[in-house]
This record gives sequence, C-alpha cells and structure tokens, in this order.
Amino acid sequence: MISGLFQYEFLQNAFLTGIIIGVLAPLLGVFVVVRRLSLIADALSHVTLAGIAFSLLLEKKLGILAGLNPLYMGMTFSVIGALFIERLRNVYKHYQELAIPIILSGGIGLSAIFISIADGFNTDLFSYLFGSVSAVTRMDLWIIMGICILVIIAIIVLYKELFLLSFDEEHARASGVPAKLIHFIFILLVALVIAASMRIVGILLVSSLMTLPVAASIRIATGFKQTILYSVLFGEAAVVGGLFLSYYLDWAPGGTIVLLAILILIATILYKKIRLRMV
Amino acid sequence: MENSNPIIKIDHLTYRYEKENVLEDISIEIPKGAFLGIVGPNGSGKSTLLKHLLGLIKVQQGEIRLFGTDIRSFKEWDRIGFVSQKANSFNTGFPATVFEVVLSGLTRKIGLFRFGSREDRKKVHAVLESVGMREFENRNIGELSGGQQQRVFIARALVSEPELLILDEPTVGVDAQNVNQFYDMLENLNKELHITLVLVTHDIGVISDKVTHVACLNKNLHFHGSTMEFNALKEQDLSSIYGHGVQVITHQH
Ligand SMILES: Nc1ncnc2c1ncn2[C@@H]1O[C@H](COP(=O)(O)OP(=O)(O)OP(=O)(O)O)[C@@H](O)[C@H]1O
Ligand SMILES: [Mg+2]
Repeated sequence: MISGLFQYEFLQNAFLTGIIIGVLAPLLGVFVVVRRLSLIADALSHVTLAGIAFSLLLEKKLGILAGLNPLYMGMTFSVIGALFIERLRNVYKHYQELAIPIILSGGIGLSAIFISIADGFNTDLFSYLFGSVSAVTRMDLWIIMGICILVIIAIIVLYKELFLLSFDEEHARASGVPAKLIHFIFILLVALVIAASMRIVGILLVSSLMTLPVAASIRIATGFKQTILYSVLFGEAAVVGGLFLSYYLDWAPGGTIVLLAILILIATILYKKIRLRMV
Repeated sequence: MENSNPIIKIDHLTYRYEKENVLEDISIEIPKGAFLGIVGPNGSGKSTLLKHLLGLIKVQQGEIRLFGTDIRSFKEWDRIGFVSQKANSFNTGFPATVFEVVLSGLTRKIGLFRFGSREDRKKVHAVLESVGMREFENRNIGELSGGQQQRVFIARALVSEPELLILDEPTVGVDAQNVNQFYDMLENLNKELHITLVLVTHDIGVISDKVTHVACLNKNLHFHGSTMEFNALKEQDLSSIYGHGVQVITHQH
C-alpha cells in the first residue's frame, strides 16, 4: 500500500481525507459528547443522506447537477437539518431530545422517497452508507480541507466560550456570553463535519467517529484539553489503521475504522481497571 | 449616604409564569457593601428573583437597575459573580480540571476573540489559594467532594473580581462543619474585600449573625430590613411567611 500511496491518486485522496477527518470528528465530538448531543450527530447524518440521495436523483432523472459534487447537497441538507433541530428544541423546551428522532426519521423518510423515485441508484449509494476508499475525489479532498480550516479556526477562536457553554450553560448566559449565537455556530460546524466525514466512514458510522474516541479519552484523560488531545489521537489511530486494514483485507473502511475505535475504547476501559487495581 | 447609590434597585417587579404570579410587586434597594440574606419557603420565587438580577429572565413588569443602569441596557456582567443553586448537581463526569473550571470564570472579562494571558492564570492561582483549593488545581472537578466543588464554584465566581456576588443556596450538600467555614468565608469577602453579597438560603439561624440585611420573600416581599430588625421579629411573624412548624434557631455567641 505504501507504494500504492505514491502511485494512485485515489489512495492519496482517501488517506489525506482520512487524516483530516480523524482530527475533525473527534475534536468536535468532544464538545458534542460533553454537551450530551451525541444523538444529534446521528440525526444530521441521516439528513445528509437525504441530501445526497436528492442530488443523485436530480442527476439521474433530470440530468441537472450532473458533475456537481453530491457533497454540496448533503452539506446543505445537513445545515438545514441543524436549523430545524434548533427550532424544535425551542418548541419542546422540556423534551429537547424529541427533536432528534423527528429529524432522524424525517431524514430516512426523505432518503427512501428519493431512492424510490429514482428507481434505485448504482453502487454509489452503498459507498455513501458505509464509506469507501476509492470514492474520494480530489474535489472532495479540497472541500474537506476547506471545512477543516474553518472548523479549527472556529474552535480555537471560540474555545473558552464553547468550554463555558458546555460546562455550565446557565453560567455562560449569566456572564453575558452570547450563548445562542455560539451554540448556533457550533451546530453548523457539526453539520459540516458530518457531511465531510461521510465519504470515508459513511453516513451510518459518522457519529461513531465523533463519539467513540471521546468515550475512550474520557476514561483516562485529566482535564478538558487532555481529553481533546487523546480523542484526536485515538480518532487518528482508528482512521489510519482502519484505512490500511480495509485496503489489504478489502473491507468497507467505515466498518473497519469503527471496529478499531471500539477496540481502543475497550483497551482504555481495561487499562483504567488495571490501573485502579494496582493503586 | 450609601443608600443614595444602591448597587441594585428593584421597582415594582412582577413576574408571571403561565398565568400565575411568581413575584408580585417587589421593590427593594440593596446598598453597596450590604450582605443581604433572602429567605422564603420552596417555590416562593427566590431563584426567580436572582435570575432577574443575572439577566437570565427578562423583566416583564417593573424595573431593575444594576449599578445605576437599567438592566435592559446593562452590559457589564463581569461586575457580577454568581454561584447557582444547581452548582452541586452539575455533570460530575465532565472532564475538566479545577483550574480549567475557575479559568472559565474569566471568559467574559477576557472577551470574545481573545485568549487568556499569564496574568489571568496568576489570578486563577491566587483565587484558588484564597479558597484553599490550590493543591487540587489539576484534579478533575468530578473527583472532589461536594464541599470542595462548591469552593471551586466560589473561586470561579470570584476570579473576575466582581463587585456583587449572588449566591443561590450555595451550601446544599455541604456538611455542617464546612457550612460554617463557608459562611465565615463569605463574611470575610464582605468585610475585607467590600463585595456586596446577595445570598438565598434556608439557614436563617446560621446567617442571622453574618448578614447585614434580611429579605423574606413569598411571592411578595414580606419583610425587608436590617438584621437587627429581623431578629426582633416574633416567631409568629416568621411562621406567617413560612407556614406552620418553622423553627428558627438563632445563633447565640
Ligand atoms: N421556567 C419555569 N419552569 C417551571 N416553573 C417555573 C418557571 N419559572 C417559574 N416557575 C415557578 O415559579 C415559582 C418559584 O420558583 P423558584 O425556583 O423561584 O422558587 P425558590 O424560592 O427558588 O424555591 P426553592 O427554595 O425550592 O429553590 C415556582 O412555583 C415555579 O413553579
Ligand atoms: Mg431556588
């Protein structure tokens, strides 16, 4: 594969994308997990799928948007879905988690309708569901790099506000932090990263890349910065290792990455147990 | 003289929540340097009143002035510190160190698009020292006892050097010995650093020798005055506010 990396552009695309996603997903994932929004990632990924199905449908039936990256439509849907979740969370103040199944089932419903109207797609859709090493184009890579820069700048600039908002929302609002605006920006970032991650890990497994490395990290990290650091390290290990394995074994990369992430999680749980026993 | 320039001035504040008045025609002035204790039964609107002062609830009817400015145009929230009733029921699994939590108290003061400086870190260390928690700065907040966590939350409120500190039942879940230490600390803040304090509590007896003013709230303001006047109140008057069976144990030194 090492030699393949130099030879084939698609491998380079997949690897570079994977390395970026391995940073982005767990980085945002830390905030998602500590704010107990893990399921939002799931809801948004299903809405993204609807966007992609819609884009493929337009391409197949009407011939428009041909050549336009389905990622754009996926991102658009994901962002719109995020806006809807926020609206619904305000409507159901005391049942905020209700917004998630509503949006999630809406996403799947729309996807199913688009797919049936299109009379099925070629294998393309499968690669969106479970991820694919060969599907990543140079254009995808550029888009994802752009998202990466945006997200990292936003996190660095808004770090202390995001931290306060995550730790204690009431205190954030009482100290005059523009909580609504920052939460809104945050949800938009999540929507973008989900759309970006889907090429490699697939819609169905995107949320796990945001949560599993964080779940492992929380077991052993001290402090918030360290939690972020370990999450990114674990995420990166799972992605790079998973891509290598999937290439050699010809497995779906999404599944391989997620299984590695679960192994890392188990390892950290065992590590913690053993360390506690030694003390 | 000091009354001419109250830190907080509330005029005829009424707040309705779902067709019911939670607060009714509250008027109160809190002078600079006061230590006000607010007492009242559960559901009497104490937290609601404090939330108004923190800008968490919009004024429906009446007026509030903070530091002489109408609360609707008030912007200097870093002059007010806050320790909430829920501080001890936060997500204890949250992966943050004591240092990080206290530093977050400076978020507003540092400002949007800016980063904390070495100066800010020094402030965090100093305030942790003053509440006796310096040695725990690198521990995760969830690993501390309830009383220790509460000190950390006090430190977070104090780190921005507020002129006014608002506390909503800060001693829930803190054991008796630490509660006394805690009130001593508050008294110190008030007397030495001249921080104005507004404290909601159920420990009327314990505070009656620490606070300078008392307010009894039960939807309406039933009593507001100096601690001496409060202590002179008969027990019947208090139970008319609290309902039956309230025992007020005053501290005698
Ligand atoms: N957002 C809200 N949701 C539910 N109830 C509310 C809300 N706002 C006000 N209330 C009502 O306001 C009343 C006063 O509540 P508040 O929390 O201010 O009381 P409290 O004096 O702080 O009580 P406690 O001693 O139990 O803390 C209650 O009857 C409550 O039902
Ligand atoms: Mg209360």
